[in-house]
Amino acid sequence: MGSDVLLSLEEITRRYRPDSAPVLDRLQLQLSPGEYLAIMGESGSGKSTLLNLIAGLDRPDHGRVLFEGIDLATLDDDAVTRWRRASIGFVFQAFHVLPYLTVLQNVALPLDLLGVREPQRGQRALRLLEACGIAALAARYARELSGGELQRVAIARALVHRPRLVLADEPTGNLDARAAQQILLLLRQQLQANDASAILITHSIAAAQSADRILQLVAGQLRPAAQPATAPCVP
Amino acid sequence: MSRGDRVRGGVVAWRALSRSQLRGHPMQLLATVLAIALGVALGSAVYLVNSAALEEFDQATRRLVGSADLVIRGPPEGFDEALFVALARQGWVSAASPALDLQLTLPGQAPPLQMLGLDPFRAAALQPALMGQIGAEVTRLFEPDTIMLSRAAAQALHLLPGEALTVLVGGAPKRLRVIDILPDSIYREPLGIMDIATAQWSLQRTGSINRIDLRLQPGITAAAVRAELARLLPPGVVAATPAMERGRALSATRAYRVNLNTLALVALLTGAFLVFSTQSLAVLRRRAALGLLRALGVTRLQLQCALLGEGAAIGAAGSLLGAVLGAVVAALVLRHLGSDLGNRALSTTGPVFALRPLAIIAFVMFGTVVACLGAWLPASEAARRAPALAMKAGDAEPSLSRLPTTLPGLALIAIGAALSWLPPIGGLPLAGYLAIAALLAGAVLLIPVLMRWVTGSAARSGHATFDIAVAQLRGSASISTISLAAIIVSFSLMVAMAIMVHSFRNSFELWLVKLLPADLQLRLSSSSDTGAFSADQQAHMAGLPGVARAQFRRVREIWLRADRPPVTLIARDIDAAHAADTLPLVRDTAQAAPIGTQPAWISEALQDQYGFKPGDRLLLPLDGRLQPLFVAGVWRDYARGNGAIVIARAAYMALSADLSANEGSLWRRPATSAAALEQQVRAALQLGNALELIGSQQLHERSLMLFDRAFAITYALEGIAVAIGLVGVGVAASSSALARRAQFGMLRHIGMLRRQVLAMLAIEGVIMSALSALYGLLLGFGLSLILVYVINRQSFSWSIDLAVPWRQLGALSTALITAAALTALWSGRAAMSQDAIRAVREDW
Repeated sequence: MGSDVLLSLEEITRRYRPDSAPVLDRLQLQLSPGEYLAIMGESGSGKSTLLNLIAGLDRPDHGRVLFEGIDLATLDDDAVTRWRRASIGFVFQAFHVLPYLTVLQNVALPLDLLGVREPQRGQRALRLLEACGIAALAARYARELSGGELQRVAIARALVHRPRLVLADEPTGNLDARAAQQILLLLRQQLQANDASAILITHSIAAAQSADRILQLVAGQLRPAAQPATAPCVP
Repeated sequence: MSRGDRVRGGVVAWRALSRSQLRGHPMQLLATVLAIALGVALGSAVYLVNSAALEEFDQATRRLVGSADLVIRGPPEGFDEALFVALARQGWVSAASPALDLQLTLPGQAPPLQMLGLDPFRAAALQPALMGQIGAEVTRLFEPDTIMLSRAAAQALHLLPGEALTVLVGGAPKRLRVIDILPDSIYREPLGIMDIATAQWSLQRTGSINRIDLRLQPGITAAAVRAELARLLPPGVVAATPAMERGRALSATRAYRVNLNTLALVALLTGAFLVFSTQSLAVLRRRAALGLLRALGVTRLQLQCALLGEGAAIGAAGSLLGAVLGAVVAALVLRHLGSDLGNRALSTTGPVFALRPLAIIAFVMFGTVVACLGAWLPASEAARRAPALAMKAGDAEPSLSRLPTTLPGLALIAIGAALSWLPPIGGLPLAGYLAIAALLAGAVLLIPVLMRWVTGSAARSGHATFDIAVAQLRGSASISTISLAAIIVSFSLMVAMAIMVHSFRNSFELWLVKLLPADLQLRLSSSSDTGAFSADQQAHMAGLPGVARAQFRRVREIWLRADRPPVTLIARDIDAAHAADTLPLVRDTAQAAPIGTQPAWISEALQDQYGFKPGDRLLLPLDGRLQPLFVAGVWRDYARGNGAIVIARAAYMALSADLSANEGSLWRRPATSAAALEQQVRAALQLGNALELIGSQQLHERSLMLFDRAFAITYALEGIAVAIGLVGVGVAASSSALARRAQFGMLRHIGMLRRQVLAMLAIEGVIMSALSALYGLLLGFGLSLILVYVINRQSFSWSIDLAVPWRQLGALSTALITAAALTALWSGRAAMSQDAIRAVREDW
């Protein structure tokens, strides 16, 4: 596998039950370093299942998930967790910011897990907060923040440890249109700034248009969707 | 909104909430219902057993007193029967019946037998239920040396009509012929009935009686003849009303019964804490649903009533179950174990189980109310929350942390400390119990601030699992309080009880060592009135080849007041100048007796119940005369709760001319074994089992065994309370873990290993349980001071020295920390077994 491919999904098949129809059926995907991909699909089409397979949180019934040439199936649970800790960043629809940690501590959490010591840990977390425009909120707790602010915290946390790939699952699903646009803009900026690839799962066309490429998940397979009619809503 | 609409809205909300709770968390509900059931079961079982025993006492006393308006009582040694003639002649007396009321010493049988010597014809008028039903058989009592036995006595002694009952009179056996067995309908407890003249003759009490039953003329009350009686009655003879007669048995056991009921109450209150814990967590878990109900139009009051209704339903279900369980346990205990519940004073032969519906209803209502109290705070808090805020994620802790707890907690602790200084109320340590309740409540309210302080003081370790665990605990201090309240309460009470019992046991052992210095102790069967060692027998024993030294004591009962049981007079060898060598004197109470006075040392019970203090003059009624004594000190006595007076035996013999003794201590010669000495004494006296002869070491061990047995029920109740508390920890831990499973899912997503998540939970569990154990130990120590110095002192009128069972407390704490940490870990594993991927998709 050449260095121009970060992630490769080969003939991925996944069924929820052995006797059920596959939700992902011989699915193929390649993602380049620095690429920002949006995957769209209707509810129940298997978008989240696909994300879980990419993150090593689930295993395919058939096929391989290769990350920088490494087959995730060859890693045990601890190894895949350590790989995820270092290489993947997550942004969730429901934010999932720990309520009893400050914003700064939440953002520093992945560094904490990677064993980065103070003061580097705090400095890096603060830099990301500044980049996301919420440095002033560093000492606040989740309950004191709005949805848009919480998602900024989540983006900072997803990128603070410089992952190769960010997986964003409906990151604007809980936000109003204005806040959603700001978050997509921020995500795009920070991906570029941190040289990270991303896969955005969404069923919002507006959100998908922020990506470099859009694929549609239909009948268990990815198909190219119509390219954005206009330039992405981010510079 | 009409009243009907309001009720309907509340019922709809209640049904919606209860169904979700019942379907979603049936095991938690079951545990909470069982906790309430256990508390109610313990309370109702203790009440039903005690009630059966007390009713039996009451029935027995009523039959013995009959329709008498006054009972004149004297010491077992009796008084001149001329007093009967003098009283019977009084114009205000309508009927009088003389009696000898004695405990017969039975050789070969350890417990003595109560015997009533009556004039059958006079007694038939005053005790119709007892004598009236005997019928024509009564004339057979006039035959020499005859006795009738109740069925219980005949059964216990294995005797049939016509057979002989041997009693000890002085130091010699005397055979009485059993002429009839009285049915249970006449008297259910062990009793012998003799004709009074036969009894006087057979028991060598000619001319002496010790009881007179009087019926007053219509319209004359006992109070009206009090002054007249005071003039007629010699010292040491008292007049009691039937109510006083019945009250004596009740008052002697009241403190013990109250303590048992309090322990049952502790179990019930621990259950209430569990309801509080379960309902608080249920409210937190469903706060979005509660917000939704409010948004849909359910009013605050309806929501509060619905949540209180949940608590009431739990309480009612638990209470009903507990009442049934309590009744079954009481019936089984009465049938198989008797009625004493560890206190021999409560022991009766024929207590009959009765359901007592009103009491059962009261227990069910009490359990339900207690459960409602547990549910009240979470229900109020849920109703107060604005719907929008309630539906917002992560809202749980702040809503609780805003509740004011620190100042009320400190105030309650101050109130508790103040209450512990108050004297007993009605002879009971009620202020002490309230002090414990206030201290417990105050201590629970201080948990959040202490938790925040401790976790806030912890420095970051640099290890994600540890730091997140500490941050979680710091951030959820109020929720932790809910989880820990029940276990801290029950554990601290167990610690307090362990310290109190250990202190008592230590003091008791020291007391035994002080009072039992000899190799061999001997006495005639305890509490008996007819047996005694004559001067010759004492000299014979002292002269036995194996005896190096002998001491004898005369122990007898003295009436000081009619409304209290008699006190014990102990005449023994004692050097007044070195009384502390012989008696366990209470510090700083010894007084040198002025020249020409006779020193006496009173027990703490006598000091408390009669108000005597060192230096006072005490008038002791002895054989019809008042003998002045100087109170030269106060000593601890764990054997005689009604009070005891020690005087020098030489002085006693000079004052009373009574040379007999009924207890003794023997020191053996080095060459003689204890067994050989016992054999020599038994051979010399030939008194069978009526002579209680035991080595001091053996007596020491037997006393401690009886001590431990008496506290077994206390430990059992405390153990149940701690078990309920641990159930509370389990319920809280599993609720908390379930509520946090999305959090675990997120941590797994961002790279936390499964074992790191579990380690984080284990750390939380260990920190929480270690803090609980430490706090419980500190609180328990504080409570033990109240138990030792206030409740014990006021309940039983004896003091004990504080001693801490470090090893036992260490083992208890380790067990608690391990159990609570394992519970937390197990709950975490259960929550982790849920799909972490799915969990992050749930809004929390």
